Amino acid sequence: MTAPGQPGQLAAGEPHPGMPTYLGMPSFPDAARIAVADSQLRANLTHATHTIRAKRAGAVAELADWEQLRQAAKAIKDHTLAHLDTYLLRLEENVTRAGGQVHWAQDAGEANAIVAGLVRAAGADSVVKVKSMATQETGLNEALAADGISALETDLAELIVQLGHDRPSHILVPAIHRNRAEIREIFRTEMPDAPAGLTDDPPALAAAARSHLRQAFLSAQVGVSGANFAIAETGSLVVVESEGNGRMCVTLPRTLISVVGVEKILPSWRDLEVFLALLPRSSTAERMNPYTSTWTGITPGDGPENFHLVLLDNGRTSALADPTGRQALRCIRCSACLNVCPVYERVGGHAYGSPYPGPIGAIISPQLRGIADPVDASLPFASTLCGACYEVCPVAINIPEALVHLRAKVVDAKREKNFSPERVAFTLSGRVLRSPRLLAAAQRAASASRRVVARKGRIRLLPPPLSGWTETRDAPVPPPESFRAWWARTRGNRS
Amino acid sequence: MRIGLFVTCLTDTLYPDTGRAVVAVLERLGHQVDFPAAQACCGQMHFNTGYRREAVPMARGFTAAFGGYEAVVTPSASCASMIREYYPALASEAGDAGLARAVAEVAPRTYELSVFLADVLGVTDVGAYFPHKVTYHPTCHGLRMLKVGDAPLRLLRAVRGLNLTDLPDAEACCGFGGTFAVKNAEVSAAICADKVAAVRQSGAEVLCAADNSCLMHIGGALQRQRSGVAVMHLAEILARTEETR
Ligand code: SF4
Repeated sequence: MTAPGQPGQLAAGEPHPGMPTYLGMPSFPDAARIAVADSQLRANLTHATHTIRAKRAGAVAELADWEQLRQAAKAIKDHTLAHLDTYLLRLEENVTRAGGQVHWAQDAGEANAIVAGLVRAAGADSVVKVKSMATQETGLNEALAADGISALETDLAELIVQLGHDRPSHILVPAIHRNRAEIREIFRTEMPDAPAGLTDDPPALAAAARSHLRQAFLSAQVGVSGANFAIAETGSLVVVESEGNGRMCVTLPRTLISVVGVEKILPSWRDLEVFLALLPRSSTAERMNPYTSTWTGITPGDGPENFHLVLLDNGRTSALADPTGRQALRCIRCSACLNVCPVYERVGGHAYGSPYPGPIGAIISPQLRGIADPVDASLPFASTLCGACYEVCPVAINIPEALVHLRAKVVDAKREKNFSPERVAFTLSGRVLRSPRLLAAAQRAASASRRVVARKGRIRLLPPPLSGWTETRDAPVPPPESFRAWWARTRGNRS
Repeated sequence: MRIGLFVTCLTDTLYPDTGRAVVAVLERLGHQVDFPAAQACCGQMHFNTGYRREAVPMARGFTAAFGGYEAVVTPSASCASMIREYYPALASEAGDAGLARAVAEVAPRTYELSVFLADVLGVTDVGAYFPHKVTYHPTCHGLRMLKVGDAPLRLLRAVRGLNLTDLPDAEACCGFGGTFAVKNAEVSAAICADKVAAVRQSGAEVLCAADNSCLMHIGGALQRQRSGVAVMHLAEILARTEETR
């Protein structure tokens, strides 16, 4: 469904260097058009996002110093990103000192190959996984499967997505697009040990998942995780989760492999305090997070015997080079911006063509993957610029600013290339709109046309590309006289 | 005070009544209003759609037209936020020091109408009379970018005869988003449908906002549904008096 003939489009089957599993998805407007017509999906999403939206607002309102916390978080992240090289080397040094091993991965392919090699070296052919955005980004599960290694997602929602051969549609609640009945059906058909007579009662579904996972936890040789934060001063990793399954993955297996984006680093434990106040309230509207696991290298006789940290670039350093765009690297993946977004609420996560949906996806994917692919080029335009995302973002990412910045990059990248009717329209309208004389002439033409274009004082049909508007909305009828003409006629002598 | 009226290209072309209303309100308060004929468009649509280069000459045109006024007043929170929030960045990107100086001079004195009345002049009762049931939609750029706060509501509450009724989920976007409404027309329409439902639920006769772009969008859908709800720019309500009703 991708628009044909766009430059830079990858041929089918060619591995996408950034996020391999999302190859060949339709660009945002096409995917969104289909999604928005799904009334069940919209009802599910409206209910879910409105509920969490209200709860978040309540949790945030409890803290009088929310804005100061937010500004502190922004400052910490900006400082860290400005000195990323220093802190990364410090992290590596301290992880190594604590008995861990650090690997550097330039892109998704490298990260996946490193993980596969480590799993093989551990003599295993399966892994248990903590919910992780970084490994969704690299398409790790698919890459491991191609290598004969099976990966089991242990986060309940992530498990639902995995069993349903589906893609996540929300950062925090990957199966937000599924309702209870659908989940029961997925469990019944895809989970061999699903109990007979399973109902769609949430506790029953959770219990079924729990017993399905329990055996895997106990027998797993290798655990794979991401991390919410990496503390440079001690080489410690931090995983924040709600179910406790993540904690089992990082403690029970003998080998633990953590794949972590380079921007997840924080200088010190003191800095972490700020983020542990911001993240749960923004994300689940909780005052405190239920399970916060931290570990530093290996501890003999306690937890994994081998610890590997895979530090992932995959486009992050190139995003860092863009002074406006790089603020996206402050993101702590709380998903507050998704929950308040009017566009996300109507179309859901799949239309964004990456594991990062909603407003953050619209600014991070085109930076991590570049804008050569039509999917990525369409993402910065997937917003009304209403600014609700910026308002709630706990690290104060000015998403509307980043969006219009990226839009300019998309437009500029196409300038020298193919002919574009849109560009012609904007160039011509630019000439008219900056010239009072041409604008006045256009207004006279519009006023003269009012009897021709309007039927009974209304305009109900316009030609493409404006026909999308008149599907559901009347268009304004030009007045007999513009303001400018009225002023000149009645008060022209005054200015 | 000598005030330059920046009417905006949209209001100039399609909604001249709003422009006349701004003039009427400001003159009623004893101010002198000029309409510098050299004005055109602020460039927001181009800027927001990625055509930043094309927006630069428009910013130059704006600053040339409005240099020297004590205050520039506009009936659009969206255009005011373009000038106040994005012109400085646009000028520095273009590497045009002269434009940057002109922007630094004129942008801080450019005000959205309700902010100018309620916060700069400190007037909330402008002598208006409008005996109708009205609901108010706070537009996104006014609410979150320009942060006009409750200035429009304070003005509406002071209008004699006006019955102000709450709009459910008022702060939700109407789905317009400029070229978004064309590029992603179906999504835009879906967002708008919920806004229109909220307007109808409010039971108001008139939907008021301080931006004609959003009113064009919501009003277009209200009209298509033959809802009987009229849309009016804030200025047009403020311009109504006992005599003009
Ligand atoms: S951009 Fe901000 S609000 Fe959105 S997920 Fe990231 S941190 Fe949360």
